[in-house]
Amino acid sequence: MNSARQEILERIRDATGGSTPSREAEYAALPRNYVCVGSLETNEKLELLVDRLEDYGATIFYAKESEVSARVAEALRARNKSGLLIPRDLPRAWLPDGFSFFREGATYQEVNASEGVLTDCALAIAMTGSIVLRHSAGEARRALSLIPDYHLCVVFAGQVVETVPEGVRQMRAFADIPITTIAGPSATADIEMIRVKGVHGPRTLDVILVT
Amino acid sequence: MSTFVGDAAKAPKFQTAAKKLVADTQVRHNVKRATDLIRKKRAKVVGEMADWEELREAGHHIKEHTLRHLDFYLEQFETNCTAAGGTVHWARDADEANGIIVGLVKAQQAKEVIKVKTMTSDEIKLNVALEAAGITPYETDLADLIVQLGEDKPSHIVVPALHRNRMEIRRIFLDKMNLGELGDQPEDLAAAARGYLREKFLRVPVAISGANFAIAETGSVCVVESEGNGRMCVSLPKVLISLVGIEKVIPTFQDLEIFLQTLPRSATGERMNPYNSIWTGVTLEDGPQEFHVVLLDNGRTKVLADREARETLDCIRCGACLNACPVYRQTGGHAYGSVYGGPIGAILTPQLQSMEHSQTLPYASSLCGACYEVCPVKINIPEILVHLRNKVVEQGDAPWEEKIAMKAAAYVLDSPERLERARNLGRIAQKPFVKNGVISHLPGGLDAWTAVRDLPAMPSESFREWWVKREREGHV
Repeated sequence: MNSARQEILERIRDATGGSTPSREAEYAALPRNYVCVGSLETNEKLELLVDRLEDYGATIFYAKESEVSARVAEALRARNKSGLLIPRDLPRAWLPDGFSFFREGATYQEVNASEGVLTDCALAIAMTGSIVLRHSAGEARRALSLIPDYHLCVVFAGQVVETVPEGVRQMRAFADIPITTIAGPSATADIEMIRVKGVHGPRTLDVILVT
Repeated sequence: MSTFVGDAAKAPKFQTAAKKLVADTQVRHNVKRATDLIRKKRAKVVGEMADWEELREAGHHIKEHTLRHLDFYLEQFETNCTAAGGTVHWARDADEANGIIVGLVKAQQAKEVIKVKTMTSDEIKLNVALEAAGITPYETDLADLIVQLGEDKPSHIVVPALHRNRMEIRRIFLDKMNLGELGDQPEDLAAAARGYLREKFLRVPVAISGANFAIAETGSVCVVESEGNGRMCVSLPKVLISLVGIEKVIPTFQDLEIFLQTLPRSATGERMNPYNSIWTGVTLEDGPQEFHVVLLDNGRTKVLADREARETLDCIRCGACLNACPVYRQTGGHAYGSVYGGPIGAILTPQLQSMEHSQTLPYASSLCGACYEVCPVKINIPEILVHLRNKVVEQGDAPWEEKIAMKAAAYVLDSPERLERARNLGRIAQKPFVKNGVISHLPGGLDAWTAVRDLPAMPSESFREWWVKREREGHV
């Protein structure tokens, strides 16, 4: 088995002359003249995020920090849901009375039978309307935000960055944990290039934006 | 052991295949409609990026740098992926990769696998190998599913069923999914795919994916997608196998900040594709507990060795060059006889096959440069096309008519006297064919040229003759 490895590496070294110690310096000198850090004011940044999310067909609910549970209740009523799955470490204060919430730990079949999932996020990128999930105790294992047809996600204004480079540089800090970035509900344009919302991932994405 | 690219070695000449496809008005209509739409969307979202050229430039340089130090970055990826609980395999060619993957599936005693879109698996004909071993592969990308159920071939690297319209897709789904009835709206068809695949996602224990990026610094793999089938495949099964071409490695996690901007805008005309999955090895209590990466050469090191064509390997498979290409837009992808169609396919396929097959592909272009202009990593495709045409001629594979014509042209153009004589001869010879100043029909084999275009007749006086006369008459 190792002979394939050896042979491919030899073919590469024959073709290129092999990597050299100057690699590190060469990498550091590569041109990166694109925009790395954004220039928008906080409120403009949030407007941009909302504009992008709505463009993807997501619905936004606005909340102050003390109102998260009220907005959760509002979203659930609007979507006609009686309860949701939640990650292990989701704050209890976010959960309104009168609905059922189930901590993760279910089988795929049970997750599939649920009405939806409520999670928080690690960060959001305004320019592309991306929500970044770091699959830890607050954002749950990957199956939980994937199998259900409905995803309700809480985003704090302080978690929003403007550009993709700002977002990716933050993501680097938890690159050892599975990461999913979400830009709107699942979609396809495979039929005549017409965008259709909702294939395998959640077909409905609601966002509670906490300012 | 063998290196191959799908069935490209057995494919007819591009010109032969193209002739047949151009006559298929339905395919032409479907391809034109879809590529028009996607180009418009791309132009809009690229236009709003003030730093688009800088992003292209940065992407190009990173790819160039990575290829220059590819041995280092592959070993770094292997080290980090292994440390995170993954297992890295190396495959010299298609057969070896298929053998490794079939072996891994068999070790699980699995009879079925779910697959998320990987053109590389089409390149190595993985599905054929799996089926031969009694394993049923389920394609989960909507377009791939349409192609698989329709017993068809992919015609586009991003949207493989681009040549099919909704009515055709509806018929395929009705036939193959045992559905009583089905609407013809894209929404109905997407819902049918959701219903058909859902229980497979929840049940099948082994998944096979490709990779958009393999990150050396962290050993992470990134899959870019839209439908959620990718997320299903990389995060639900017990075992995940990722087939990764050796050129897919990038040095650092931070480098994603470039490609995650240029890829979605170029590929589907979106600011961001709905989903990106990034994972590193195995994570306790989340997703596959066994993770394998198969690093594939299959001719890539030969491309690497050709300094003038090396940047072919920069490709991030966005498909923008297909949509922009005036040739692809007329023929669709099947004319290229390869899983990789369009301009990138025209340079990649013959090279992967050591220039032993598909030599007509470098001629499947008018060299207009539209592909270069839209390429998010600035691959100079027209230049590589010319370079490959040169190779075809050097190895003696040019058509005999062309060889004779080129020899004759070289002989004539070598001396002013011969050129003069040839011109005089031509002026007489053209007489029976000239009508209203143009030649519309040439005799014999030369009619291939005039079949689709007119040739202006040679004027009664050439520039040189006019110049000499002018001097003689004292206009100097």
